[in-house]
Formats: sequence, structure tokens, C-alpha cells
Amino acid sequence: MLEIELDGKLMQVAEGSTIMDAASQAGTFVPHFCYHRKLSIAANCRMCLVQVEKAPKPLPACATPVTNGMKVWTHSDAAVNAQKGVMEFLLINHPLDCPICDQGGECQLQDLAVGYGASESRYQEDKRVVANKNLGPLISTDMTRCIHCTRCVRFGQEIAGIMELGMIGRGEHSEIITFVGKTVDSELSGNVIDLCPVGALTSKPFRYSARTWELTRRSAVSPHCGLGSNLTVQVKQNRVMRALPRENEAVNECWISDKDRFSYEALNSEKRLARPMLKRDGNWQEVEWPVALEFVAKELQRIKGTHGAAAIGALATPHQTLEEMHLLQKLLRGLGSGNVDFRLRQADFSMDGKRAGVPWLGMSIADINTLDRVLVIGSTLRKDHPLIAQRLRQAAKKGTEINLLHAVDDDLLMRIANRAIVAPALLPQTLAQVVKAAAEMRSVAVPEAVRAVVVGVAVADAAKRMATSLTSGQRAGVFLGNFAEQHPAAGELHALVQALGEILGCAYGFLGAAANSVGGYVAGCVPGGRVPGKNARQMIEAPLKAYLLLGVEPELDMHNPRQATAAMRQAELVIALSPFQHRATEYAHVLLPIAPFTETAGTYVSTEGRVQTFAGVVKPLGETRPAWKILRVLGNLLGIPGFEHDSAEDAQREALHGKSEIFNKNNKLSNTLGVPPAAGGGLLRIAEVPIYAADALARRAPSLQQTRDAQPPVATLNRALAEQLGLQPGDLVRVVQDGGEAVVPFAIDDRLPADCVRLATGQPETAGLGAAAAPLTVERVAQTQKVAV
Amino acid sequence: MGLPIPPFAVDLFGPDAVIMKGVNGLNWRLQDYVARGGYAGLKKILAEKIPPEQIVNELKKSALRGRGGAGFPTGLKWSFMPKQYSGQKYLVCNSDEGEPGTFKDRDILRYNPHSLIEGMIIGGYAMGITVGYNYIHGEVWDVYERFEEALEEARAAGYLGANILGTDFSFQLHAHHGWGAYICGEETALLESLEGKKGQPRFKPPFPASYGLYGKPTTINNTETFAAVPWIVVNGGDAFLNLGRPNNGGTKIFSMSGDVARPGNFEVKLGTPFAKLLEMAGGMRDGRKLKAVIPGGSSMPVVPADVMMATDMDYDSIAKAGSMLGSGAVIVMDETRCMVKSLLRLSYFYYEESCGQCTPCREGTGWLYRMVDRIEHGRGRAEDLELLNNVADNIQGRTICALGDAAAMPVRAFIKHFRDEFQYHIDHKKCLVAPYI
Repeated sequence: MLEIELDGKLMQVAEGSTIMDAASQAGTFVPHFCYHRKLSIAANCRMCLVQVEKAPKPLPACATPVTNGMKVWTHSDAAVNAQKGVMEFLLINHPLDCPICDQGGECQLQDLAVGYGASESRYQEDKRVVANKNLGPLISTDMTRCIHCTRCVRFGQEIAGIMELGMIGRGEHSEIITFVGKTVDSELSGNVIDLCPVGALTSKPFRYSARTWELTRRSAVSPHCGLGSNLTVQVKQNRVMRALPRENEAVNECWISDKDRFSYEALNSEKRLARPMLKRDGNWQEVEWPVALEFVAKELQRIKGTHGAAAIGALATPHQTLEEMHLLQKLLRGLGSGNVDFRLRQADFSMDGKRAGVPWLGMSIADINTLDRVLVIGSTLRKDHPLIAQRLRQAAKKGTEINLLHAVDDDLLMRIANRAIVAPALLPQTLAQVVKAAAEMRSVAVPEAVRAVVVGVAVADAAKRMATSLTSGQRAGVFLGNFAEQHPAAGELHALVQALGEILGCAYGFLGAAANSVGGYVAGCVPGGRVPGKNARQMIEAPLKAYLLLGVEPELDMHNPRQATAAMRQAELVIALSPFQHRATEYAHVLLPIAPFTETAGTYVSTEGRVQTFAGVVKPLGETRPAWKILRVLGNLLGIPGFEHDSAEDAQREALHGKSEIFNKNNKLSNTLGVPPAAGGGLLRIAEVPIYAADALARRAPSLQQTRDAQPPVATLNRALAEQLGLQPGDLVRVVQDGGEAVVPFAIDDRLPADCVRLATGQPETAGLGAAAAPLTVERVAQTQKVAV
Repeated sequence: MGLPIPPFAVDLFGPDAVIMKGVNGLNWRLQDYVARGGYAGLKKILAEKIPPEQIVNELKKSALRGRGGAGFPTGLKWSFMPKQYSGQKYLVCNSDEGEPGTFKDRDILRYNPHSLIEGMIIGGYAMGITVGYNYIHGEVWDVYERFEEALEEARAAGYLGANILGTDFSFQLHAHHGWGAYICGEETALLESLEGKKGQPRFKPPFPASYGLYGKPTTINNTETFAAVPWIVVNGGDAFLNLGRPNNGGTKIFSMSGDVARPGNFEVKLGTPFAKLLEMAGGMRDGRKLKAVIPGGSSMPVVPADVMMATDMDYDSIAKAGSMLGSGAVIVMDETRCMVKSLLRLSYFYYEESCGQCTPCREGTGWLYRMVDRIEHGRGRAEDLELLNNVADNIQGRTICALGDAAAMPVRAFIKHFRDEFQYHIDHKKCLVAPYI
């Protein structure tokens, strides 16, 4: 510890601290612009100049290390004089267009100008004007306002992992710019809006729609990925205007992904379902709630009467709240059916009945930063878990070895120590090699549960390198991504990871696809227990008579969209609860408008098992009702006991058995798993869910849908396969799977494994295709006409 | 005038020359350098296995100070290099000579490149460094090409590379050229540029001795500093010190420019009176009267004629006269020079060359330039001189690197010494001097 005197007060600070650190510790505010505690130090704005004893000139607090016995004055005349001098320089070329600037009211320059600026400018020369830049659909620019603090540049380089913004030119001609003709496409790009201390970078969707002081700030939790980012949702006249990060160092730090930030646009979408609708004589009619609910209750009773309760099934998306999922399963079980599930994209359910507890991340999110060896299996980290990827990126920078076992080799914008990119069908086999090698290196026996699949494999170099990496560290972590969780041999992957965890003595778990992927289990929204039931896949493979869809869009959300659509079409009754109008109008019999996350109270259990409860921030739109209330009334109408909840809290208490944060998080599987049948030959499809196709909100957020990540699907294959198919540039390909087809453009990616076609799922263009991982055929479609220039 | 055309007289650089002694413009090759006694210092070190500390001690004794502008004691700088550091360390020569008025390093590289090469090899030996770079100003291309040739000669002769002269000492030296940005002469901007990045200064600390090129311990010296090292090694630190004055050891090359009859580089003993130096440069051109001198390159404060004529050319004396020796670029101005116009040219230079990284320099240099421009063009205002001084104050000492100071100091000095001329421009909307030319 060092002893210093700050503004006349003695204090102890840790060695290696800067004056800024010391001031923060003392609760003293030193004005600054370029400094940000999550970014490297640039010391370029010079606003934090302070007086230091024996220093001939003022020193920047952000960049000056503290030395023992140092005396610092942050607000002395000399310090303030220097700070005021800098403020004057910052303002001379600043347009001072605060009245028309979106940043007005939440602008660091504006705020500090009150304290350090003069009321009148001494600058009588012409002011600089800087041309605006097109950064894409999310970020709006007014570059004349830029004060060149380079926070946005450093964010790209250091946090997002990609330098999409940089400063060109020198002196007064310096400008922040993208690479020529490029936009800012990072999935974390919106954070530069928060970082920009002036109005140079502002939100494009929010532009000119409200002043910050008109907005009410309410807390919320992100409904998208498993991280459970904490949000501040800003509201004006009962309309969500903006979503911002709410700082939580243990979860999202001070960041959020673009999906968290811009999906709110869908809340105000014209495609919102505002009134209950009933299909009468083939026509959709708006009806009052009692009419709709009575219809639902009556029809459910009828189906139960004619076909038995087991002919009724309920599906929920993993983005529904804990309360909703709890009441859904309670309703179904009350009806006498055990057919309830939220694991819509899962293909392999062999783990059910063998789980020791609720599957989860296996550690806290913050613990990710402490790992020194990591194995990620089946994850396109950046697009599936933008901020977990960010944490791993920071860890990798500090020397953590990241090992990747996956079917695609997208640039994760971090150093990957070892990688094995193999066809999806070879994932378990390759993982088995790692297990075998690790066991040999640690001189331990391969755990019994997987011995049968491990003993026979020949360990290839890549697996050996990974095992070497994993066994050489102090703290390893093994993670299964969405692709692994949705893999046809997910159970085998799970068992192998468990074995690897035992060998390494390390934590392992699931990155968690959605906001409530853990919560669904906690709520019991899965088959099992007293009333036997079918899982999501079985409910589709052997179609039921009635489906209750809680937020589900079967053609986009299910593992096998073709089969799912067919199941819906043949059903006698489809009850669709959704905040949006969607394709259910083609097969549903009743549409019930339910509240999205901003219009209802609810709870998400994040991938680390964090229970996060939120209240609605605006009143439900039109006749929309929170789903928990609808389910409760249905329970009453159906005469099922135990539906007396007065509030979401009641439902939450019931779901958590009154123990707010305690449930059995445990990834362990008991018993030996059966070896799944080997995949057949032919071409295999690699189907992932694109970042902005993953849930109903993101799909309907217009700005996100204009980004590069929201492009229509393209079939990607390696050069050898393209040549084999005789594909020419500009060709389309016809992809046929399970009798369904999609005609899409193609692209070449030589990092893809042989005989694989990468074609995303979750998009309308591919909704006619079959199971995500099923074999497919591809053929060339005539070359598109080239327009002569 | 132009460059002197070789062969020129061997005393072109002055009778007391040490670095440029015996140089005639054609004898720059290795064999000529060796014939003049070159590489003797290196051979001596390697043959006698002189301990590195001893070399550093000799340098300390010699009172050799950095010739690039800051005048930092070279021996002391070399002693900062961590000895026990196990990783790669670098030695860098700053030949990015961009200071207006300075043109000495290019003459060393052009006419006596091996003196620098030998100096750097000795530096590598003294500090346990195996790799060096010479960053050469991009606007003197012939010099860069010649230096590459000289490097080839030194490599071929076994002075450079692995196992120098059959010993176990190895040193690799590479030439690198910039593209003419003034800021790249700032040592940390130079390092950034050398790493392939945009030339922008780093904030210090950490200093290059602990975090330099590629984040490794690095020593950076000016061309002339390195070029003086072989002589010190051969003749001893005391001998070098005795050439000059205490704390101001050795000789220094001064680049004489402006209104003198014979502009050029002159290597004289530190402490030589300015009057003597002016005489070497052929005195004032056309017999005009001396008005002012910028004694150390464009960044240094201007000194009025009477003060300058009473000043000796060494670090301490010039400091006493209110300026700095800097890089040794002596810009001489006669009575016909308009000081407003002169300052305008300087202010424009710093405005153009500011890297734009930090606020006071990026915004302030433009403000200074625009104000001086207004005054020069008859649009000055009564409050301008105070404002100019005040803006210069707000730049000086508040920036990441010294460019801010370099922009501010001339403004303050020009106004301080020639306020009347500025006031006349403001009051009468015309020049005080121009009508008399």
C-alpha cells in the first residue's frame, strides 16, 4: 500500500494505482472524457489534469501512477485552471448545438461545461465542420461534435475485439471513421453510443424521438440470451423508447449486446397482437377476452373428452418468464397431460430422467474471467453469447488458453489456442479423443459412464493439443454451446463433458441459449414426474390433437420446422399465445395477445442460476394481458385447483417453493447413456440460429433486421463441395431436406468441414426444411442473370 | 546555395570538427572511414573485452548530452537500460530530423554514415542489446539509400551481424524510413511508427527504457549522439568533455540557416561564441543587420540580436539567454524580417504537424495559427496579443508530448521580444518592416 495525500487528506492506495483510481477511492470526482475504467488509458482529452507536488506541470490523473508520499490536488487553482483551459479547447470547435442534440441532458461535455466552461467564447475564428459517416442502421453520427476521445476506437479494439472505428487524419483534421465503405457490424456496437461522451455517436432508432429528461427510467432484465443482462428501460408516455445497460459487474458489467439494446423496437411494432382473436368459419374475428377464454376452456375440455388429456400438449419458448412457465405446466398437469416442454430446438432428450438437478453454466458468470483453460464445444460464441464471448476475450488477452471444438470456424475475435473444426457428426467422437488424451495425461481412468465410447477412439493431434492445454492449467472450464445442446447426440456430448470435468477436476456447464433456459427447468416446464408426458420433439413427431403455444412460432422456433408446421396444421386445436401476429393465423384457432417482458412482472433465471425478477415498465398494449394472468384465468375456467394467484410474485413463490434463490443446480447425469445411432452418410446440415432470428422480439426489430447479421440465409460450403456440385458464382442452390426445400444463394468457406452445408435455421426462408442436423441434398439452380454495366 | 558539391574542403564543417573531421563528401565508404581511424573504438572494445559499464561511465564523464533537442545526458540514459532483463531489448536511432532549421543528421548519414553505425554497435554492446533500428526521415530519400548501402558494407566487413569480428557479440541493425511526419521525430511516436502504427506519441510514464519498441526496453538516441560515441571510446570521456565546457562536453554541429552568407553545418566546440559561429557562416547576408536568432530549431524561443551576440553556444549559456540549444538549428533573421510573418509560418507548421491526439495541441495550434494569420493580414484585434499568450499558456505543459510546447514557446517569445511589431500590425493593419525592404 502507498500513502498519499489527496486534496489534503491522507489515504492509502494500492500499489500500481493511478491518481484517478485514488480519487475514485476517495469519492472525489476528477473531470474526464477519454478515461473509462473498462478501457485502456489514452490520456488524450487532458480534462483530468491535476496538480501534483514537485511536478512542474499539471499531470493527467488517469495516466499518472501514484508514488509513495505523493501530494495531489484535484481542485486547486492550478488544477482547475488547467481543466478550464482544456474545456475551452474542447468547446472552440464544438458546435454547441445542444438544443437539437440527442445527447443533450445526458452529455458529459454539457455537464462539465457547466462547471469548467466560460459563459462566452473567446474563440472568434471559423469552426470546424466534419462530415458524418454511415456506421450502419444502429448508430447515428454527428461527427462535428466529436471531441476525439477515442473511447469508441478503444472499445472496438479492446472489448468488441474488432477495430471497426479508427482515427484518420492529423491535428484538426483528425476524424473518427470506419474502414472505407464499411459499417460497424459488431454485435456489441451499440455500446459506443453509451461510451461517446458527446453527441457524436447516438442511437439511430432513437434519434430525435425524445429528450432524455422526458424519459422515465425503469429497471428490466434482458429477455434474450442466457446471460440475463440488466437493463434500464426508458419510457415516455407508456411507450418504451430506449433500452440501456444497467451496470452489474457480475453479469453484464456496463455493456449490453445490440440485441439487448435495440430489440425494444419490436415492442412498438405494428405487428403486435392487440386483441384476442378467434377463427370463426375460417375468418379471424376480434373478440372480447371472456369469449376467447371460454372458447379455449371449452375446446380443451372437448379435446380431453374425445381424445384424452394426453392428446394435449403445451410448448413455451425459453424466453417466457418463470411464472408463465410454472403456470403453463401446472395447467397442463391439472388437465391431466404431462406434455409440456420449453426445449424447442433440442433434438436429443436421452438425458431426461438422468439429471441430478437443473442444468446450468456450472459456475458464476464472473468466474469465467478467472479460468486459465477453457474448452468451448459447439458454440459460435460471439453471436450466441456476445457478452460471455467478451469475458472470454478479456481472459484470452490475459493468457487464458481457449480451445474450440465446433463445426464452423467463424472468427471469434479472440486468440484460440487450439481448434478442431469437424463435421457435426464427429463432435462426440472428437470430444471423446480429448477425454481419452486428458485421462492419459492425468494418469486416471476414463470414467465408467463414457468408457465404452472413449476406449476405441484414436487420439488425433488436435485433440492431444487440447488435452495438453486443458491439463496444464490451474483452473479449467468446459462449456457446451447452443449447437452442442441442440446436437442429435447432445446426451453423449454431455456425458463426455462430465467425464472431462471429472478428469480435470473442473467445472463444466451450458452457456445457455435463452433468458430462461435454466428457469424452464426450475419451473418444471419439462415432462417428468407423476403424469408421464412427451417432450418437445415427441409432441411434434407424433402429432397431438391440441397445442397450447406460449410465445412459440413453431416454424421458426422448433428443431424441425417442417414437421412442427405439419403438426400444427393437422391439430384440431391450436391456441397461440403471443405478443405478435404471426404465421399461427394459418393454423391456429385462437390468438391470445400476451405481454412481452416490458408489460408484465416476471422472473428469469439466468444461465448462472441468478434469479432476476422485474416489474412491468409500461401498461400492456391494447387488450394485451400478462400471460400469467391468462393462464391463471384458464386454470379457474377449467376448474383446476391451485390457481388463486393474485400477483406474479405469488406464482414466482410457488415456482421456487418459497425459496427465492435455492434450487438444485447440478449438471450431473446418472447412469450410462446409450450410444446414439451413427448418422447416415451424405451431406450434413450445420444449422445455427442467427443472432437476430433467435426470438420473437429480435425478429421484429426493424433496425436489427437491417444489420449484416440479419441477412437472409445463405448456404455455405467448402470449395471442394462447390466444385463437385458445379456451382458458379451467382448461382443459387436448392437445398432439400425431409421433402422440403429452400432455394438460397451460396457462399464458399473453406474452413467448413467436408460434406457439410451450413444453412441457418430460425428464418422464414428455411422454415420448409427439416430437422436442424438432418442430412440434406443440394443441387445447382441456374445461374442468375448478370446485369451488364 | 544548395548543397555543397563534393569533393569539398575537408574543413568545410569547421577546424574543430570531431564527427565530421576529414569528410570531403566522397569519402563516406567503409574503407575511407577505417582509414580515418573508424571502427577503432569497436575493435578496441572487443579486443580488450572492455566491460559495458566502463563504456557507460566514460560517456557519463564525457558530459555528452542528447543532440536531438532535449539535451539529456547520454551516459545517464544508457544506464537506465535494465541490465538483467531477459527478453529482447532494442536500440533505436532517431534520424527523423524534421525540426525546421535542422539539417545536421542528414549530413552525418550522407557523408559519414559509419560513425553512426559504429556508435550504435557500441551502444548495443554497452547496453546488452542485439537489435537496432535507424528511423530516417522520409523526405531525404538519398540519405536513406546511402545508409542502407553503408549497412551492407558494415555487414560484409563483419562489423555488423552475428559474431561481430569473430567474437560472441552480435548486433543487427536495420534502416527504416518514415514518410515525413514531424511528429514521428518525437521518440514515442517514432516507436509507434516503427511498429507500423500511426505516429502518435505515447504518454509517459512508462518511458521507453522500460516500455519501448514492441513494449520492450528501448534506448533512443539522436544520430549525432551516436556518431560522437566512437570518438569518446577511442579518446576517453575526459578528452571529449575538455573539448567543450563542464556539463556541456564535446563538439556540436550547428545548422546555420536564414540570412547568413554561407548557410550550412558547422561543428564547433560547445561554448563557442555565437559571434564566432556567425562568422564561420560568412556573416550576415548582404551586410544587413542581425535582428533575431532562433538558436535551437523552430520550437525554441527566439532571442533578440543583442542578447544573442553576447551568448556562447552551449546548453547552459543559451538557457541563460532565455532559449534552448535544442537540436542546434540556428535560424538567423536580419532586420528586414517581419516577425509577425515569421511567427505565422512557424504557427502554421505546428498547426499542420499536430498529430491531433490530445486536446490542447489539436485545438490550440489551429487557434494560434488563425489568430496570427489575422494579425498578419490586417484583421488583428486589440485583445489578440493577450489572448495569444493565454492560449499558448493553456497549451504549454498540458499535452502528451512536447509538440504543444513547441507550438507555444515561439508565440510567447516572439510577442515578448517583438511586441511592438505585433501591436503595429494590429493598430495600423500593415507591416512595420515590409515598407523598408
